[in-house]
Amino acid sequence: MKLEILGTGCPKCKKLTELAQETATELGLSFEIVKVVQINDIMNYGVMITPALAIDGKVVVAGRIPSKEEIKKWLLENPTK
Amino acid sequence: MTDCCSGGTKLIYPCSGCADVGEIADNAARKLSRDNFGKMTCLAGVGARIPGFIESAKGADENITIDGCPVACARKTLECVGVKPSSFVLTEMGLAKGKTPVTAEAVKDICAKIMKTHQNADTGNCAPGSGCCCG
Repeated sequence: MKLEILGTGCPKCKKLTELAQETATELGLSFEIVKVVQINDIMNYGVMITPALAIDGKVVVAGRIPSKEEIKKWLLENPTK
Repeated sequence: MTDCCSGGTKLIYPCSGCADVGEIADNAARKLSRDNFGKMTCLAGVGARIPGFIESAKGADENITIDGCPVACARKTLECVGVKPSSFVLTEMGLAKGKTPVTAEAVKDICAKIMKTHQNADTGNCAPGSGCCCG
């Protein structure tokens, strides 16, 4: 499973990275974290505000840090888990 | 794009319709974006249900739609994905569909009205007939 953190590297992006990593590890999932930092790359996802999280290419949240419970739900809903 | 640490994220969606008022809506959104009133984004992306656009709308502090006419495609497109925007409709702001030349002056006037109305709305003092959603 590919977890992409979209953001230019501010503290919120780092927090989201930690949360996503922690949650996926707790669920025992096989995953990789990819940081998308270039603005043009971020905008190619249609994301206008960061931080954002994409799971296997699908953006699930933008502009805020989600709760761990939300991340858990998105990870478990993902068909490739 | 708006950075996560900048705060007060305001996204602007014009209808960009084919009529003169749609063109003015589009030009006004571009000018407002250039003037840093907010950030113009793609209504088509929301209409196409592209997750990044939808989640950006949901995550923004405010979404502003600028529609040329009362059909209000921009406002309704956002409402279809569960987002309630601050709505401006140019025909409710003094422009006539099919009878308004697209000039820099017309665009400038509309931008000024939107900014003024928005400022009033922020203070809970929305101008009547302005098309602002708080009325």
